[in-house]
Amino acid sequence: MDLHTQTLTELQGGLDRADFSSVELTQALLDRIARHGEKLNAFISVMGDEALGAAKRADETRAAGGGGVLNGLPIVHKDIFCTQGVLTTCGSRMLENFVSPYDATVVEKLAAAGAVVLGKSNMDEFAMGSSNETSYFGPVKNPWDLERSPGGSSGGSAAAVAARLAPAATGTDTGGSIRQPAALTNTVGLKPTYGRVSRYGMIAFASSLDQAGVITRSAEDAALLLGIMAGFDERDSTSVDHPVPDYVAGLGGSLKGLRVGIVRQHFDSGLDDATGKAVREALAVLESQGATLSEVDLPNLDYCVPTYYVVAPAECSSNMSRFDGIRFGHRAEDPEDLLDLYCRSRGEGFGEEVKRRIMTGTYVLSAGYYDAYYLQAQKVRQLISDDFKKAFASVDVIAGPTTPTPAFRLGDKTDDPITMYLNDIYTIGANLAGLPAMSAPCGMVDGLPVGLHLVGPHWAEESLLRTAFQYQAQTDWHRACPEAYR
Amino acid sequence: MNGNWEVVIGLEIHNQLATQSKIFSGASTAYGAAPNTQACLVDLGYPGVLPVLNEEAVRMATKFGLAVNATVSPRSVFARKNYFYPDLPKGYQISQFELPIVVGGELFIKDADGKDKRIGITRAHLEEDAGKSIHEGLDRSTGIDLNRAGTPLLEIVSEPDLRSAKEAVAYLRKIHTLVRYLGISDGNMQEGSFRCDANVSVRPRGQEELGTRTELKNLNSFRFIEKAINFEVERQIELIEDGGRVRLETRLYDAEKNETRPMRSKEESNDYRYFPDPDLLPIEISAEYVDAVRETLPELPDAKQQRFVDEYGLKADDAGILTASRALADYFEAAASAGTPQVQAIANWIIGDLLGALNKDGLDIEDSRIAAVDLAGLVGRISDNTISGKIAKEVFEAMWAGDGTADAIIESRGLRQITDSSAIEAVVDKVIADNPGQVAEYRAGKDKLIGFFVGQVMKDTQGKANPGQVNKMLKDKLSS
Repeated sequence: MDLHTQTLTELQGGLDRADFSSVELTQALLDRIARHGEKLNAFISVMGDEALGAAKRADETRAAGGGGVLNGLPIVHKDIFCTQGVLTTCGSRMLENFVSPYDATVVEKLAAAGAVVLGKSNMDEFAMGSSNETSYFGPVKNPWDLERSPGGSSGGSAAAVAARLAPAATGTDTGGSIRQPAALTNTVGLKPTYGRVSRYGMIAFASSLDQAGVITRSAEDAALLLGIMAGFDERDSTSVDHPVPDYVAGLGGSLKGLRVGIVRQHFDSGLDDATGKAVREALAVLESQGATLSEVDLPNLDYCVPTYYVVAPAECSSNMSRFDGIRFGHRAEDPEDLLDLYCRSRGEGFGEEVKRRIMTGTYVLSAGYYDAYYLQAQKVRQLISDDFKKAFASVDVIAGPTTPTPAFRLGDKTDDPITMYLNDIYTIGANLAGLPAMSAPCGMVDGLPVGLHLVGPHWAEESLLRTAFQYQAQTDWHRACPEAYR
Repeated sequence: MNGNWEVVIGLEIHNQLATQSKIFSGASTAYGAAPNTQACLVDLGYPGVLPVLNEEAVRMATKFGLAVNATVSPRSVFARKNYFYPDLPKGYQISQFELPIVVGGELFIKDADGKDKRIGITRAHLEEDAGKSIHEGLDRSTGIDLNRAGTPLLEIVSEPDLRSAKEAVAYLRKIHTLVRYLGISDGNMQEGSFRCDANVSVRPRGQEELGTRTELKNLNSFRFIEKAINFEVERQIELIEDGGRVRLETRLYDAEKNETRPMRSKEESNDYRYFPDPDLLPIEISAEYVDAVRETLPELPDAKQQRFVDEYGLKADDAGILTASRALADYFEAAASAGTPQVQAIANWIIGDLLGALNKDGLDIEDSRIAAVDLAGLVGRISDNTISGKIAKEVFEAMWAGDGTADAIIESRGLRQITDSSAIEAVVDKVIADNPGQVAEYRAGKDKLIGFFVGQVMKDTQGKANPGQVNKMLKDKLSS
């Protein structure tokens, strides 16, 4: 029985029918991780014993007639989520030996629903990166072409799901970090509305942009997981007490009358032709299902990336300050004095991209520069938000490409941070405006996946998921699997 | 001090709020626990943790704002103050910067001429306290105790309206009294619950422009504050008069040497890179909330002082002393309503003997060894002539020692005043008979000797004779 080929929802059915046990399923996936994991470098920690223990308990609970919605279903956590008693590195040398004393809310909620955690996935250091090349533990390889990047920062999660090492994984998205890797690995990536999922226990990069989400192989699986992860958390003041609908139940509706907005600039220069063609075909499928297409304008789209690269580093520079070598994390040996302890602990503990962002952020918050950069960026951020608000007055969903090109080669963009940053040009707007967005597989260009990007107004996860689900009912792109991992 | 110079002082008070738990975590704020036993993951700034605002701190800040006639901001914002220090776990302090919770208040103190003087309160904002570095008992290393990290502080910033160290202390005392009245702080200076920094500058009298200021830190008692400011004022004047200029800097007060010395230069100080904390929502305060908090305000010190003057006919100064703390005022009111009509006498006993005794034994009024009703009883025995004022001192001592109520002590020790005229007359006659020389001198015009005769009578009666009665009888008999 090829358990690894099944989606979370299919596996849920199999466990319910007792076609197999959670222990069998978990073991099968651990075997695959043992076989492929190292080559892909998708994992920082594999939690074999813990996973089998949890699977055994899940089987027992199930035998006794109990268990949560996800009872016995294996998942992977991005290594940015704190997991009690397990290494939580955030892809950094700084936290190379950090064992978290507590669980993140997301971890807690999924565990309470019965999920079995196979391991912690590799990621760009502190989620700062778009290619997974900034990880202290080395880059993750794209299962579609090992020479290529799986995207980032949730590259390990995306690669693990794409290579069928796990049916689903958690991720975080500050500026496209779930959706871009999902697009580049032919997986489904969902970034919910800011405040939909608790950030407690998720190591902060840019607090006003960070949002937890999922990477799965189907819209249905994303709906299943979001329903468990979403909701107000009294430990996170920025989480919102907004009702959590039954996302799975909401998938069924038709797309008839769905107003889909197309942003002209998305298809202008910068977009790879073949990628654009795949996205247009996907839009035609939506239209064939009864959706209406119309153009919308996001006049400040060009400012998304520059705005993001002021706001995110500013918050990052402050969020990274707690890593000072005093209470946890990397500490330099034999410091001469306090300053030396700080300088060397941080100098040794952080990688180049993290340092670059700390310095950028420190600069834009400095006296004399604050108004020109940070404050100005906040104003532009408001304009970008307003643009989306106006657009959503006439459409329900905005659709377009997730990335300008399919997966790029590892090493291709590492010397030029600006080109790397531009890879997130279509995704970053949703973070700045706090909107829900997702990427779903919609085609192949020279054997590499293309993602369809969907953005909705606040709390519109249901319509995004329904759109993707109905699209997936008509197409098979999401079932495509790299040959070596079938 | 040199009359050509005007002193300008503004104070920043860091006042720990008396909440049960910390401002952004559930850890206890109790003082004195073993190091790092009252610091949870949020206080330790662990990866992934988030602050959650303690609403009690907001309520307390609102109370303060109302008490100083300030605006309680409908919207205030927490900001991060970024700097590295080992006792600052997150590498930033959560504070309020551009939009504080309390804006534009005032307080009145008495100036040198005894007139009311308005001191403006620029703002008061909420922030978290840092931890402590410990050097004692550690060899070549520094310990960090984060128990205090995250304790809520209300930083109260005055306008530079204070013109002398005395005024500064008067203002501080007033705030100190106020926060304890409001129940928002224990005001304990030894434990650091009430700390103060002073911004001090001097300028030639008549000049509008402010002189360069220095910031004095480490002022942890009213006495030191006054001494530190006076030292600093003298230093600045001398420096300028000698042709130097004052540097904008932070100076630490050394109580042992009674001097201030530079800590770090502000000119090359940290750029704190304040920005709104994205982990916390703005504090939104509705008019209804403010009204509801206003309902809970106690009678404030100034109002209470005025009422004591109006209602009990006390002298304003006495009313001021008795209202310096809520507990003392309550003690007075309890004594004044115990059925003894001589309230000014009660006030005098409290201000004199009782406060003296408390002070001597290092006790607070709450721990007084004499209950308010019993003190009133003692005053009652004086006013009904059961005992003399002199005997009353003895009775007070005995009451303080725990020997019982005034009545019980008077009875058991036979201290009741002798008012029986025939008994007194017998003693008076004996004293006159025994001292013929003094009698002759008195009659020759040496009036002062009356004191001698009264003293002799009192001695013979062990102080129990009514002094007024004795005086009158002696005068009658000696002049006849």
